[in-house]
Amino acid sequence: MNRVLLICAMLACAALSAAPAYAVRPDEMLRDPALEARAREVGKELRCLVCRNQSVDDSDADLAHDLRVLVRERIAAGDTNAEALQYIRARYGDYVLLRPPFQADTLLLWGGPALLLLAAAIAALLFYRGRRVAPVPKPLSAEEQRRLRLLLDGGTEPRATKLRGTER
Amino acid sequence: MTARRWPYLVPVAVFALMAAAFYGGLGIDATVLPSALIDEPAPQFDLPPLPGHEHGFTTEDLKGHVSLVNTFASWCAPCRAEHPVLNALAQRKRVPIYGIDYKDKEEAASAWLGELGDPYDRIGADSGRVGIDWGVYGVPETFVIDRAGRIRYKHVGPLSQQDVDRTILPLVAKLER
Repeated sequence: MNRVLLICAMLACAALSAAPAYAVRPDEMLRDPALEARAREVGKELRCLVCRNQSVDDSDADLAHDLRVLVRERIAAGDTNAEALQYIRARYGDYVLLRPPFQADTLLLWGGPALLLLAAAIAALLFYRGRRVAPVPKPLSAEEQRRLRLLLDGGTEPRATKLRGTER
Repeated sequence: MTARRWPYLVPVAVFALMAAAFYGGLGIDATVLPSALIDEPAPQFDLPPLPGHEHGFTTEDLKGHVSLVNTFASWCAPCRAEHPVLNALAQRKRVPIYGIDYKDKEEAASAWLGELGDPYDRIGADSGRVGIDWGVYGVPETFVIDRAGRIRYKHVGPLSQQDVDRTILPLVAKLER
């Protein structure tokens, strides 16, 4: 039992201490920790166009390095985070943003989940409404009532009125 | 009963739409990104010449005529594949070709041009910053610039003879009209 606890504790320590593996090199970093922190925020938002599914902060590609340096230059020159992002976006387009902006050509992207939910709700509504209008059985006719009463009373049906059955 | 049958066609219709969309998507090369700079003025830059060349390459060189701007590097294998196409195009003297030597060693670039031939009217040596201003994310890339110095078209990857004949030259002719 103690051994299991120990292993769990060790795994927990490993998980907690695993910092994300940034590709940011020490020589790129800004002296001012506040500015460097802002540069990291911007870098996380920027797609590395060489490896595509990494941010420039995570990528070792040459272009990612150049973009990190450029972002730090813009921020050191007094750009806000949004201005630094816009500077890169003006050159590489919306694709360079890892978080797609909400605009006319991304309406389907952002609205898609809501649309699917709506479609599912409509489908469910139609399905259950269709069920409720299932035909109600017609009341028994006078002849059927008479036969039912006869059967329930334990009597036997006269042969002549028997609808189905075999002669024995 | 027949009136109740149409809901069963909905999945068929959805499938048909998705199949059409995916079939259309097969023709899209996801590695090629559209340029954000189409119809924008070419960026301002002033690149130094390679050793042994008289002129560098600046924004001013683009004014007043239709031209091509090709980014290349001696370390880039697809550029080597593209080079004969550029040489052939330069021999026709149809349109000036300007080169941006992207993140390259100057001696290596000079040696490369000495070995393979130099199709460029002007070459500027770029440490990478001008490439970013052009939205370059890999070499080779080729831009078509109009008379006003605006970027009108971007080709990503090596140009083939077919690209030149079917896309680049017709566009150059159209822009010159």
